Amino acid sequence: MTTSDLRLAARDLACIRGGRLVFEGLSFEVGAGHALVLTGPNGAGKSSLLRQIAGLLEVEQGEVALTGGDPECGIAEQSHYVGHLDGLKPMMSVIETLRFWRAFLGAGDAASPDAALQAMALAPLADLPVAYLSAGQKRRLSLARLAVAPRPLWLLDEPSVALDAASVARLRDFMAAHLAGGGIIVAATHLDLGLQGAAELRLTREMAS
Amino acid sequence: MRRAFLALVARDIRLAAGIGGGGGMAVFFFLTVVAIVPLGVGPDRPVLELLAPGMLWVGLLLASLLTLDRMFQADVEDGSFDLLSMGPLPLELVAVAKSLAHWVVTGLPLVIAAPVLGILLNLPPETMPWLMLAMLVGTPALSFIGAVGAALTVGVRRGGLLASLLVLPFYVPVLIFGVGAVEAAAVGFEGQAARQALLFLGAITLAAIAIGPLGAAAALRAILR
Repeated sequence: MTTSDLRLAARDLACIRGGRLVFEGLSFEVGAGHALVLTGPNGAGKSSLLRQIAGLLEVEQGEVALTGGDPECGIAEQSHYVGHLDGLKPMMSVIETLRFWRAFLGAGDAASPDAALQAMALAPLADLPVAYLSAGQKRRLSLARLAVAPRPLWLLDEPSVALDAASVARLRDFMAAHLAGGGIIVAATHLDLGLQGAAELRLTREMAS
Repeated sequence: MRRAFLALVARDIRLAAGIGGGGGMAVFFFLTVVAIVPLGVGPDRPVLELLAPGMLWVGLLLASLLTLDRMFQADVEDGSFDLLSMGPLPLELVAVAKSLAHWVVTGLPLVIAAPVLGILLNLPPETMPWLMLAMLVGTPALSFIGAVGAALTVGVRRGGLLASLLVLPFYVPVLIFGVGAVEAAAVGFEGQAARQALLFLGAITLAAIAIGPLGAAAALRAILR
């Protein structure tokens, strides 16, 4: 994961949702150890762009590529995606959830589920079913998933939603550690996430017209 | 990749076996459908014996349809599917894992429940092994064919009915050869006719396992992207 020639590049990207052009002609490049922050009003296409990078949404035009990573894996397989939906199962316990994702995603040299819970201050809740967690705790569990499987590219859609001040600070350290390890973060946000030296890509609705 | 596959199968079995997962529901539905048949057609033993193989198989088909619509939809609705589709498993193998889990929590309990219901319908005891064997061979086909229907209706709210309409015609061969095996055994043709029907059932199941996941994955890709 310390490959320093890791590079995420998008060229002339366009997105059409429900017949409406959301954005077009979008190009950017992010290198290893750097973060890109997507900002802009609601409906400007921040989430759509993240889903396009993750391969969850069709790329109508242009291309997006991650170079310098594992040549045998696609961009999706080298990414973590945290979206608006948390992907948590109410009846599974906190620790079971992390154990499942660790087994499913392939752990490598990543943190153990217990260490990930420590990092997100969820350790006392390990055996609690997810159904009993608050919105902020669920969000922290979604973020803890990023620690149990190594992925060079993190795609975060408003990762600080529902988090309290202490958790936002934890998230900041967590992201800084990922960047220090040579990872890439692309995050959509309305708030300042405190990412040092992050480039900003501002999506505007005018781009559509 | 094997680890990811097994983890997904284990998770789905656990979720389905839990409260609200619908695992036990299929068995109770099967029980209820078959139990009301004697009330409807009357307690005439020869008539029940005649109807038994058909009623058991029809009940089995309906019961396995009952939990089909949630196979992919539950994961799509809560966002897990996005994460599953980004993992190391190709969508085809995700579909195999989910079909397999569906069979373990739905098909297998139905096979085990079938002989009990057979007694209720006055099925001759010597045909019981054939009934169970035929159902054991035939039920995987129901889960793997059903996966295609579940994938096609993944974006439809309350798509269970639509999935049933799509899938039921493809269940017909399983029904015909499944009933065929039991009936042949009932009239004493265990050697030839029943074995032949079993072989056909096995062929259908193998074809379903080979084709079903491809169809399901293609449908999911087309609908969700």
